[in-house]
Amino acid sequence: MTPVATLVTGSKSTRSTIALKMLMAVSGLIFIGFLLAHMYGNLKVFAGHDAFNTYAEHLRTIGEPMLPHAGLLWIIRVGLIAALVVHVASAIALTRRAHSARSTKYVVKKNKGSSLSSRTMRWGGLALFLFIIWHLLNFTIGKINPTGGATHDPYNLLVDTFDPSVWYISVIYLLALVALGFHLHHGVWSACQTLGFTNAASSRARAKDAGLVVAIVIAGGFALIPLSVLFGIVTK
Amino acid sequence: MNLTLNIWRQANATAAGAMHRYELAGVSEDMSFLEMLDVLNEQLNANGEEPVAFDSDCREGICGMCGLMINGQAHGPEVTTTCQLHMRSFKDGDEITVEPWRADPFPVVKDLVVDRSAFDRMIQNGGFISANTGSAPDAHAAPVEKKLADLAFDVATCIGCGACVAACPNGSASLFLGAKITHLGSLPQGQPERDTRVVSMVGQHDAEGFGGCTNIGECAAACPKEIPLDVISRLNKDLRTAMAKGY
Ligand code: HEM
Ligand code: SF4
Ligand code: FES
Repeated sequence: MTPVATLVTGSKSTRSTIALKMLMAVSGLIFIGFLLAHMYGNLKVFAGHDAFNTYAEHLRTIGEPMLPHAGLLWIIRVGLIAALVVHVASAIALTRRAHSARSTKYVVKKNKGSSLSSRTMRWGGLALFLFIIWHLLNFTIGKINPTGGATHDPYNLLVDTFDPSVWYISVIYLLALVALGFHLHHGVWSACQTLGFTNAASSRARAKDAGLVVAIVIAGGFALIPLSVLFGIVTK
Repeated sequence: MNLTLNIWRQANATAAGAMHRYELAGVSEDMSFLEMLDVLNEQLNANGEEPVAFDSDCREGICGMCGLMINGQAHGPEVTTTCQLHMRSFKDGDEITVEPWRADPFPVVKDLVVDRSAFDRMIQNGGFISANTGSAPDAHAAPVEKKLADLAFDVATCIGCGACVAACPNGSASLFLGAKITHLGSLPQGQPERDTRVVSMVGQHDAEGFGGCTNIGECAAACPKEIPLDVISRLNKDLRTAMAKGY
């Protein structure tokens, strides 16, 4: 893009790049809230077959008879899909803007102030997007059992998915968790900054620490599950 | 010391440019980077070649004219302006790549000179306070809390050099914008126009084609005046406040 060379009038706060960033931040924080709840449910595998399956079934009956069967689940799903559309659409819009703001690249460019996680937000985000599609096919929409076993029992489907005989599925999950950890490490701090919470060096340091903690807790917490199945700690 | 220079040469705004290689001998480590380029230009003149065009004005680190991308870093390897960078930061035999700021809102005028008028238009579009002219009011007429006065002063040291844009992978001018918003927003005189200011300055920033900020932090690392990332958070907060008020 070339400069406009005139003064623009009638600017609106809601039509700015910063507003797009705020949408990314809020939708990202919604994902984090969901991931924490999702991780809590997943960690029920350590309580055994029945506890895990009861929890999965309870998710569908929660709120009955006020809500229909799986009513709450659908409310959450619609909310998450809306958040994903907003998050990805803003990411694409901002990425395109960034590319047209520097159409000629430097011959030599050094990075001096940025973390690896901050520089991999776009590729990492794309990896997460592809992973989400696979993950839903695996456990929600398609119920694909990589070992060819039964798919109607959530606990057994999980244990089969991470069976050592199909170790590469676990590798996909663990790589996705690395990507998630990176995305959260920068994303949490970036969201705090975008929302205007980090107005001093001390709050900036705290937001960066929070990013690291959230990344380790979420990526590490989820990783316990495939690792425990791979190493025979969780079995059918 | 002897140096090899790779310098971007471009005849004018519309011509295609390319990197050119020059050998320069006898550079003193006490020279500033711009004096080193002056020596190169004398050599080019003597050979009947077109000298390298680059910007400078004060040569004392306060005007912001002299921005160059040196070996992939805005203003080179030290936290200072290009005019205050000295050749002692390099060593004999070094190869140094010199490029203009790369951002579409800063089009190249010639060689290493870019047009930073986009910054001026951002200032014109709200980056001021409206006050009647006349004799200056008494300094103590509008008391300012010490903490805020210091903050306003620190961020007012921004010289509009554009290193933040040059260093940012998104070509965003958020650090510059944040410095101006924080400066005026910290002072009583800046309050009446605070909401409209942030909205119109951000609107101008976006219309100029600068990218969005991803809080990567390359800007603050490159800023010769060490403007911190706080100002971008303050900018975002001011925009959020203006949004809540319907601006
Ligand atoms: C589990 C899924 C995800 C979570 C928890 C998440 C979380 C976040 C958060 C909290 C932010 C920070 C917002 C800000 O910068 O202010 C962010 C930024 C971003 N996300 Fe995501 N995100 C997820 C999925 C995705 C996907 C699928 C994509 C891409 C298609 C993506 C691309 C991006 C990009 C490009 C940014 C902006 C980079 C930046 O501001 O530094 N994210 N994400
Ligand atoms: S914020 Fe720093 S790098 Fe950006 S224009 Fe001002 S002085 Fe230059
Ligand atoms: S020439 Fe004025 S800051 Fe360098």
